Amino acid sequence: MFYREAGQFKTSYAADQSIFPILQDRIGIAIILAVAFIGIPLFATNFFISTIMIPFLILALATIGLNLLTGYAGQLSLGTGAFMGVGAYACYKLTTFFPDADIILLVLASGFVSAAIGVLFGLPSLRIKGFYLVVTTLAAQFFLEWCFIRIPWLYNYNPSGAIEAPARRGLNIVLTGPGANATARYLVVLTIVVVMTWIASNLVRGRIGRSWMMVRDMDIAAELMGVKLFQTKLLAFAVSSFYCGVAGAAMVFFWLGATEPTAFSINLSFQILFMVIIGGLGSLVGSFLGAAFIWILPAFLRAIPSVFGIAIGAETVEHLSFIVIGALIIAFLIVEPHGLARLWQVGKQKLRVWPFPY
Amino acid sequence: MSLLYSLFVDPFMQMATTPDFFLQVLWEGFVAGILYSLIALGFVLIFKASGVFNFAQGIMVVFAVLSLVGLHEAGVPAYLALLICIGIMFLLAVTIERVVLRPLVNQPDIILLMATIGLTYLLIGLGEFIFGGEPKVMITQELGLPTGSYDLELFGGLVILNQIDIAAAVIAIIMVGSLAVFFHSTRIGRALRAVADDHQAALSVGISLNQIWVIVWFAAGIVALATGIMWGARSDVSFALQIVALKALPVLVLGGLTSIPGAIVGGLIIGIGEKLGEIYWGPLIGGGIETWLAYFIALIVLLFRPQGLFGERIIERV
Repeated sequence: MFYREAGQFKTSYAADQSIFPILQDRIGIAIILAVAFIGIPLFATNFFISTIMIPFLILALATIGLNLLTGYAGQLSLGTGAFMGVGAYACYKLTTFFPDADIILLVLASGFVSAAIGVLFGLPSLRIKGFYLVVTTLAAQFFLEWCFIRIPWLYNYNPSGAIEAPARRGLNIVLTGPGANATARYLVVLTIVVVMTWIASNLVRGRIGRSWMMVRDMDIAAELMGVKLFQTKLLAFAVSSFYCGVAGAAMVFFWLGATEPTAFSINLSFQILFMVIIGGLGSLVGSFLGAAFIWILPAFLRAIPSVFGIAIGAETVEHLSFIVIGALIIAFLIVEPHGLARLWQVGKQKLRVWPFPY
Repeated sequence: MSLLYSLFVDPFMQMATTPDFFLQVLWEGFVAGILYSLIALGFVLIFKASGVFNFAQGIMVVFAVLSLVGLHEAGVPAYLALLICIGIMFLLAVTIERVVLRPLVNQPDIILLMATIGLTYLLIGLGEFIFGGEPKVMITQELGLPTGSYDLELFGGLVILNQIDIAAAVIAIIMVGSLAVFFHSTRIGRALRAVADDHQAALSVGISLNQIWVIVWFAAGIVALATGIMWGARSDVSFALQIVALKALPVLVLGGLTSIPGAIVGGLIIGIGEKLGEIYWGPLIGGGIETWLAYFIALIVLLFRPQGLFGERIIERV
């Protein structure tokens, strides 16, 4: 009823292949984009923008990155955090080398550095797969983390060992550093995320994405049908690391401002993996839903006890959120392996047939 | 030239000139290796019988020893606490089988792996929630474990062997021996091997899969408890042990996922290699290489033998 696609005929190939073939979807996405681009900058407080929206967008970008690799190409990686770190450190060095360059370009360029490192650690994926590959990506995680700590050149010999985003301009506005305007940063991050999501959605619909899914579903059959396994897997690693690298660079430059190497530890990798699982493996919408869910959950858990008038310490909340996230992961894998994205689809289906149950 | 010298000559010179120190390093590596092997053993048990790559084995080690120490702190006598802990591990095994494994039967391996990662988080949260996140002192003496050390005069120097380390080695050997006997000459052991070979065939001759899974998870829990006690006696009992648990992954890969001797040999190779690398080659590139050296050893072996040193070669057919 509300979501009726009857009567919407496609009369050209272009219409058949459009990203949003259904009118309601187009309207919906237009509303979401309008709210994100106009509504939030106009009405939201700086606090909301810089503690909820910016982290959410950046984590969603990293989740898309891991989802391309794990959800679409079927290669599980526990090194996401390290690849985000590569992006962050690459961007830091680039801002040192090119102080006058546009910061947005540098953030995007650092994605390529991350992609190169990703390919390097993806190389063993042709000979080994499954569990063994997980160990390879863990090698990447621990080795790169070690590099961030032990190679002083990477953090410009800063005695604290941390990296700090210097004040840099992008599009002639100061976007990074302590004096940057939250709304401007938000709009830049939002634009990057929207454009990269659009690219990802075209990627996974096309030849490349289909070959990724073939490799995921059955690699030997894919090879027999002419998919070049080596190139396909490496491309998945490259694109995934690119997304993670950009997310990592954005995390330091547009969100945190300064960070220590421990920020890119294995916990970040797990967090992103959980966003992928809860959001839905192999779904871009799910990446956003998962990121929002996991990012907001701790705040939610903090709020619930106070509603009921029970005082709970910050530590207990942290332990509780570990328990809840762990239990949710298992529950989602059992009950709804396609995650929140599937629930979203079910919801659309219900709206389609409303008010009749079938 | 000087680089080559410091890489290939100098470390060996150091070993030759101070053999007592070298022996000490070797012993430390050996003991660390034994403990890695024990963690890996828990993985192998579960993987052999159910094909589940149990990422949570490491946290099971922490959880087991933490509940032991926590119970003792709450006033339970040490040996009773040990018994209760064994009970807890059994309960955990039953719960995991019921809640996690049974509904996930027939899912792709990677989904099961992710489920055990979820289990890891759950157990971390649960452990911290019940027992608190602070490091605790192991109840070594209360359990009657030795705490002294043997000081051996060798090559004009002193090599110190902690008695607890020797006990760890002995317990590890006993455990592996009894597991080998268990697998090869008992009814349940044969059933376990049958399940490992072919689930469906095992089912059709009347072996209860659910029962088998509970048994292997319980066995893995016992191994985890023993590992935790040994590890806890060497350092404090805390969640930092998780990092040690992650070390067991390269051990596994090195030895092969399905081989008990592989877990032992892999553990020793990684333990000794890691200590030697850290002490003799680590300073050349800044130290702290222990965090990833194990993974690199495993990676190199994988590139030449993708199934590990003792693993079964799986031939895929379409």
